[in-house]
Amino acid sequence: MIRRQAIVLLALVGLLVATYLWLYKIGVLGQLQCGTGSCEYVQTSRYAELLGVPVALYGVVGYATLLGLGLAGLQPAMASDRRVSVLLAALATVGFGFTLYLTAIELFVLHAICRWCVASAVIMTATWVLSLADLRRQASHAP
Amino acid sequence: MKGFYLLLVGVAVVGGGVLWYGSQRTPAPAPSAPVPVAATDGFRGYTMGSDSAPTEITEYSDFECPFCASFATVQMPVIREQLIATGKVRWRYRDFPLPTHAYSRYAALAAQCAGEQGKFWDMHDQLFTSHQWAQTGKNPRGVFRDFARGIGLDLDKYDACMDSQRYAGRIQASVQEGEARSVKGTPSFYVNGRPYQGRSASDDFKALVDSLTKKHK
Repeated sequence: MIRRQAIVLLALVGLLVATYLWLYKIGVLGQLQCGTGSCEYVQTSRYAELLGVPVALYGVVGYATLLGLGLAGLQPAMASDRRVSVLLAALATVGFGFTLYLTAIELFVLHAICRWCVASAVIMTATWVLSLADLRRQASHAP
Repeated sequence: MKGFYLLLVGVAVVGGGVLWYGSQRTPAPAPSAPVPVAATDGFRGYTMGSDSAPTEITEYSDFECPFCASFATVQMPVIREQLIATGKVRWRYRDFPLPTHAYSRYAALAAQCAGEQGKFWDMHDQLFTSHQWAQTGKNPRGVFRDFARGIGLDLDKYDACMDSQRYAGRIQASVQEGEARSVKGTPSFYVNGRPYQGRSASDDFKALVDSLTKKHK
């Protein structure tokens, strides 16, 4: 249960980060608080969109789905439901793969780092590890 | 478990509050403001008109400046028709983005990237005629990209140019040139290298150019 709680908490923080980047992307926020990073350079690059959709919006949708799924998995009736663990692990794996792709773009193509993107990458990586741990635990407790 | 949900609500409220607060603040700097390094390519600005025109007018302008937009949309069409198309004047455009404008350097960069594909003046016209982008205070990247699409640019090349800030040095060199010539505001004009102090009106330019042409003869 503690793993799913951690996933829910991480997904919520990730959702806030992705929403922040998305609001910037659509012009609601005029400036990113980035310190010495290159957030605006990364966020205004062509790689900040995929198939015409802001990458941050994929993050919003992904984190929101993880959040909803995690909250559902916390309900007593679904606490020991392995399907929730499988879905969480599958979604987190897709998210982790996407994160790897975006981080590679930052490091090897743009040569710039967006701190908020790093924050999201850390959150997604932790979520992925926790979801695998949850899946493994469910498998070991399977009847 | 109750404590956990309280924690979630707390995080959501604080995070949502920060986002709301951020959305209420006035937007500030330009996206990917070009790196201020001097140009090394010796670029002297895009020109319009015959190379053999007896008079050259250099304009220092800022795409976000409302006076520049007004000049470009009201006076410039007459100047193009009466002075440039007739071979009397060669017009040279120089960037002078004012530091008080959040997105003028970004707009200048968009124009330079259009220029790379031979469409500087098309982008110049788009930026000035559809000037609403300068009044919203919002990130105009998408709007500029729409302009680029509208004038028929290769968007992959345009994106690559914008991402790399390829012509940031040109813009900075143009600013330095303007400062060296004591440009204070925009639009500012130089006629055959001399500062023009008259009104920014097509009639006044025409009168001056006609007088210069007579002297030349």
